[in-house]
Amino acid sequence: MANQPSTDPYPKHMREAIKKVEATRTRRMSEDFPVLSADDKASLLKKFHPDHKAGELVDIKVGPSKGEKSFKEIESVIQAYSRVDPKGFDLSKIDFDVDVLVIGGGGAGSSAALVANEAGAKVLLVTKLRLGDANTMMAQGGIQAADKSNDPPSQHFLDVMGGGHYHNFPELVKALVLDAPYVMKWLQDLGAMFDKENDGTYITIHGGGTSRKRMHAARDYSGAEIMRTLKDEVINKGIEVLEFSSAIELLKDEEGKCAGAILYNMETEEHFVCRAKTTVIATGGAGRLHVQGFPTSNHYGATADGIVLAYRAGAPFVFMDAIQYHPTGSAYPEQILGLLVTEKVRGLGAQLINIDGDQFVYPLETRDVVSSAIIRECGERSKGTKTLSDVYGIWLDSPMIELKHGKGAIKKALPAMARQYERCDIDMTKDPILIYPTQHYQNGGVKINADAESDVPNLFIAGEATGGVHGRNRLMGNSLLDILVFGRRAGKNAAARSKDTKAGKLSMNHVDTFHKELKSAGIPEDRISPALLPDYRRPETVERQKGQVPLSGRV
Amino acid sequence: MAAKTSGKAGNAAVDESPAGMVKIYIMGKQYAVPEGLTIQKALEYAGLTLLRGCGCRGGFCGACGTVYRTEGDYKLKVALACQTVVEDGMYLTQIPFYPANKAIYDIEKLTPSLESLVQAYPEFMRCVQCNTCRKVCPQDIEVMQYMATAMRGDIAKTADLSFDCIMCGLCASRCPADTVQYYVGILARRLYGKYVAPEAKHLADRLGELDTGKFDKEIDDMIKMKQEDLRKLYDTRDIEPAEETTETEAVSATEAGTDK
Repeated sequence: MANQPSTDPYPKHMREAIKKVEATRTRRMSEDFPVLSADDKASLLKKFHPDHKAGELVDIKVGPSKGEKSFKEIESVIQAYSRVDPKGFDLSKIDFDVDVLVIGGGGAGSSAALVANEAGAKVLLVTKLRLGDANTMMAQGGIQAADKSNDPPSQHFLDVMGGGHYHNFPELVKALVLDAPYVMKWLQDLGAMFDKENDGTYITIHGGGTSRKRMHAARDYSGAEIMRTLKDEVINKGIEVLEFSSAIELLKDEEGKCAGAILYNMETEEHFVCRAKTTVIATGGAGRLHVQGFPTSNHYGATADGIVLAYRAGAPFVFMDAIQYHPTGSAYPEQILGLLVTEKVRGLGAQLINIDGDQFVYPLETRDVVSSAIIRECGERSKGTKTLSDVYGIWLDSPMIELKHGKGAIKKALPAMARQYERCDIDMTKDPILIYPTQHYQNGGVKINADAESDVPNLFIAGEATGGVHGRNRLMGNSLLDILVFGRRAGKNAAARSKDTKAGKLSMNHVDTFHKELKSAGIPEDRISPALLPDYRRPETVERQKGQVPLSGRV
Repeated sequence: MAAKTSGKAGNAAVDESPAGMVKIYIMGKQYAVPEGLTIQKALEYAGLTLLRGCGCRGGFCGACGTVYRTEGDYKLKVALACQTVVEDGMYLTQIPFYPANKAIYDIEKLTPSLESLVQAYPEFMRCVQCNTCRKVCPQDIEVMQYMATAMRGDIAKTADLSFDCIMCGLCASRCPADTVQYYVGILARRLYGKYVAPEAKHLADRLGELDTGKFDKEIDDMIKMKQEDLRKLYDTRDIEPAEETTETEAVSATEAGTDK
């Protein structure tokens, strides 16, 4: 609910800066900033992308990706000890015995559960918050699928490979682009409401790095529309779901195959043993670990739990040193700092403007390139606009959308965005908004094959927790696609595999072995993971909580 | 409401808020927090670790529906905790879950009709048009209006009006007729998306092509290419012009659909 707009939501110096943006707007309406050459892009990325900042990457010393590097904040959960004692834990009492265990209740997990259930498997879905609490819910822009006559899937393939700087695993990209139209059909059959013309033609627009208008949207609630539809269907199908229950360790059988997980009821703090013939990890990314101190656009639960578990079980990573910063995180006002301003705003024609009222980058370059250009503009070139809290940002000239598409276009195409700013008394149809890059996506993750299986037999992984699909940089609209393509593949293959898998004797020996490696590498023993929730306590609170024992007594 | 706690209550709040601080009451208990924080960040500042009542932190998930009242006012208001800044004297309670009835249905076997809605939620016809749902909606959705269109069996209009719903359930929490507006809304939207909106013909055509494996070779050839050749292909690919979008392109699903 919007508060009464009494005064200008922008302080005086920002209002002055806005006047410069307004002064050049008419001129800029017909001005296209040139696309950078391949060489210019490469040197911009090398110099200004946060992935290349010195001193932020540290060595991974133990486990299947030993010798590679990741960021300090991620490394601190990867190289950490279990929440349970792997030797002292009683695994003889089975609390849940299922065919397919799905860990994670977002888009990838829900689609895996639906497809596995459809295939006749007994499925248990566990999620540490509510079913549907995931980054999926927050994706605004849309989903890519090559389903128009001018856009063969090979064109989509080329865009993905180029966008990922050719590091992508081609077999995964092939699966992504060829499954995409089937995913759109699935969503249509489930009744998800994507924007269409009168005759049923999907309305599609460009996203950063697309060569065809391939972005399908449901206004700017694209992910929310997918998520609430899948959630409704999971409930309708009667799939067993445990909310506020996280998986905190994977289990293996005598042959080293994944065989379930230890579950942790986040409310009662009880542990449960789940034996599963196959397991799907769909726990998403790591935004809430705040790499390099960046704000994040991510959901509260994005703490990399699944990749921690998979790694301990022996599944290697790829590209865990590649983070995506979304170029347009909100930089003002404070209460929405880091929240996403969808790429669709640029897709609809809004330009990025510096303190002089000028463009400095083509607004639909790939995300890494635009982010780097903004960081350069605010840093080395000192052409950002300062907010009250020493944050610098760049103007995203949203009023251009109304000039291009007519009055009311923002409310119709971007209702969520307009509402978010209205709540802060800012009218984005009249005033530009200030943005700065925000930690958005983990490009890398656990290595999988095109069947969505990891190097650990019977452990399938889908969505942001995996790496390889997007190379070192994901394009807009390919993560909603990724979670559904590989979520469905994981569900299908996990169900099929469960049919010829016999439940074995459960063990956590792999965790014990990992602990020994940690110790000999000198990793301090007070490092515990998965994190489960971000820690937003103040130091004063932490200090006052010292020495506490649980209210229910000493354990 | 709980009486004001005295002495060193909560995080050592005092009657007169120090400069830059406001006092809030978390389920009746007083805490002092800095002004300018969202309700959600204020709860964390007060020392709580959120498990319930916190989700996307961006206004999309409906986990943090909050009912509040300010001192000296009898009126109950609602907000999303992640999207609303604290005010001095706020009495806060969150409703992270509401035990509303969600019907189980097989979407394949329904028709886009009033009958489908009534079968799933017979109680929704008891709506007394009191408009409390509209007043309580943190998304400012015309809830009562879409209940009216639902009662007329207008699936398209119901889908359109309810589209921005984040399923927080606050509408149902205040409904004197015990209806579950947000669940009626999603059923209408799924019926619209599946049965009312015309199918995409170009999608069906593409699936036909894919079934014959038409594009496999093109992609396999690219996979076999040397990286420099693929790079050349990428750098010289033609880009579909971002010509002015037509009027219809900026409008949303139902408005472009059959609901005219």
